[in-house]
Amino acid sequence: MASPANSLTQRTGAVLWRRPWLRGALTLSPPLLWFLIIYLASLAVMLVTAFFSTDALTGNISHQWTWSNFSQIVHQSVYASIVLRTLTMAVVVTITDIIIALPFSFFLAKVVTWRWRQFLLALLLLPLWASYLAKVYAWINILSDKGVLPGIESRLGLPTTHLAYTNVAMWIVFSYLWLPFMIVPVYSAFERVPDSLMEASSDLGAGSWRTFRWVLIPMVLPGIVAGSIFTFSLTLGDFITPLLIGGSSSNFIGNAIYDSALNGGNLPFAAALAFISIIIMGGYLLMARWAGAFEAL
Amino acid sequence: MRWGSKTTGQPASPRGVNGSSQPGITLRGVTKRFGGQLAVHDVDLDIAQGEFFTMLGPSGSGKTTLLRLIAGFEVLDAGTIILEGVDVTGLPPYQRGVNTVFQDYALFPHFSVAQNVAYGLRVRRVPASERRERVERVLDMVRMSAFADRRPTQLSGGQRQRVALARAIVNEPSVLLLDEPLGALDLKLRQEMQVELKRIQRQIGITFIYVTHDQEEALTMSDRLAVFRDGTIEQIGHPSEVYEQPASEFVASFVGTSNVVETNLGRAVVRPEKIELSSTSLASGELGGTGHITDVAYLGMVTRYTVAMDEGHTMSAVRQNSSLERQTFTIGDRVTVAWKLHDAFPLTNQSIAAG
Repeated sequence: MASPANSLTQRTGAVLWRRPWLRGALTLSPPLLWFLIIYLASLAVMLVTAFFSTDALTGNISHQWTWSNFSQIVHQSVYASIVLRTLTMAVVVTITDIIIALPFSFFLAKVVTWRWRQFLLALLLLPLWASYLAKVYAWINILSDKGVLPGIESRLGLPTTHLAYTNVAMWIVFSYLWLPFMIVPVYSAFERVPDSLMEASSDLGAGSWRTFRWVLIPMVLPGIVAGSIFTFSLTLGDFITPLLIGGSSSNFIGNAIYDSALNGGNLPFAAALAFISIIIMGGYLLMARWAGAFEAL
Repeated sequence: MRWGSKTTGQPASPRGVNGSSQPGITLRGVTKRFGGQLAVHDVDLDIAQGEFFTMLGPSGSGKTTLLRLIAGFEVLDAGTIILEGVDVTGLPPYQRGVNTVFQDYALFPHFSVAQNVAYGLRVRRVPASERRERVERVLDMVRMSAFADRRPTQLSGGQRQRVALARAIVNEPSVLLLDEPLGALDLKLRQEMQVELKRIQRQIGITFIYVTHDQEEALTMSDRLAVFRDGTIEQIGHPSEVYEQPASEFVASFVGTSNVVETNLGRAVVRPEKIELSSTSLASGELGGTGHITDVAYLGMVTRYTVAMDEGHTMSAVRQNSSLERQTFTIGDRVTVAWKLHDAFPLTNQSIAAG
């Protein structure tokens, strides 16, 4: 048996043990470098590009600082309404998912038996394994005029709905797509509430509603906000669902970016639109931090 | 009502009848099963108004389940619960005039101490000014006034315990239920809180039903105590009664350490402190035998000796560590173990009926 400090591995180990900062630096530098170069640098390039413009004739990017992209977004009603539509949809979808997720998560965390909880969680997470596109096409099959929903409606003698290619269809599909991202953090927030707190509230005279309102909601609020970060940002950044199931005037910021970058060849304008998205999301994250969401993650 | 002046906030509490002869709580045939397993079996119990009543027993003996049945957290399978003359068997917790101090305190983490204490009053729509006054008064009573604006997470275990107590008694319940409230505290704090709880109970004069598995706690604090075993009550009585005259071998061994000996009258219980150790032979009028010491445990005030008797069984003896020098023993010493006939309490093999 060699003495402790003989082999190279052992000596390296000892050196690292004596210098925790070196250990930290060696562990973190590869991912940090990757993050800096691939992610932050490209983001910085994009943000700078937002302040450039393209020459209308040649299509070349002119490297002169200008606010023109932003003033165009603000003043041209097309873009203003695209931003507003995207933002409204993100808010409405988030609220819808909160309303659905609250009772469902409560039921899952506090009411059902262990076996049922495993089963329902599996059901909930199963769609996440299916392709996003497959799910959207499934909804087209449900909502379109010759689809499942109008079929059922006509069989029941109800007036048929024409939801496909409308904003309502987008709302339904988005709410469906992102629901698991809301339920999971809200569910785990409910699970962290000790049963004795609900008993204490009841013991002190509060009925179910008051207990829900005064004890449970405040305690799961960080979970709700955490979930809303997902539902809000995923809706905000999406461009496929508007493309596939939205109507003629259902463009999102993402679609506008796609159009100006790939069809219009106007990269600075696309960058400016992306900048707007980032600002909205940044503002939302600040609000979320204020509401204590990151303590729940 | 011996404290406070208002009866608001207690709509379900059947106050007004002030006859002291009326029991605070009456249980008849209370039974609870968990998946076929009997947790509480046909329990009859009368607890007087203003009594400090303790339910003592090992875990799984049904004492906590019975407390939760009284609180309304569990629905009973059979029997009735009458609270100051009102049948509350079918009422949910929020319609009963009882409040609970939980084992884990169950303080609301998103509320301050004062908000926690005010919760029950807020639910019952007690006006803000009266609410503030009552919260201040109970916080003062549990010596937590200085911490009114703190969050529960900023408090120590003992302080949380006091807040939990204040949150319950501010509602002036007819009965206060305490579920092993001192279980999580260290010994010194526990002893302090025992004194404190007794003081508060005397001060407000409401019925306390106290669940514990700590026999010492049960003996020091209670007016009466019930020893639970397998969902039934093995013995009810004053602490000295239960300790000196245990109804069964189970009670004898659970409440304090005891030696079960054979006498010519049958099996009997002798408490370790009633046993004499000596190196001389038995005096006349004494019962006992000989053996050798197998363990010596110095406990501060007393020393506990374990003696392996020549007949094969072991006995436990406790001797005061008094300054008056007596002979001490070490492991391996031959000793004579002696007790007097009147210190041996005969065991009847049936348990004394409840009530």
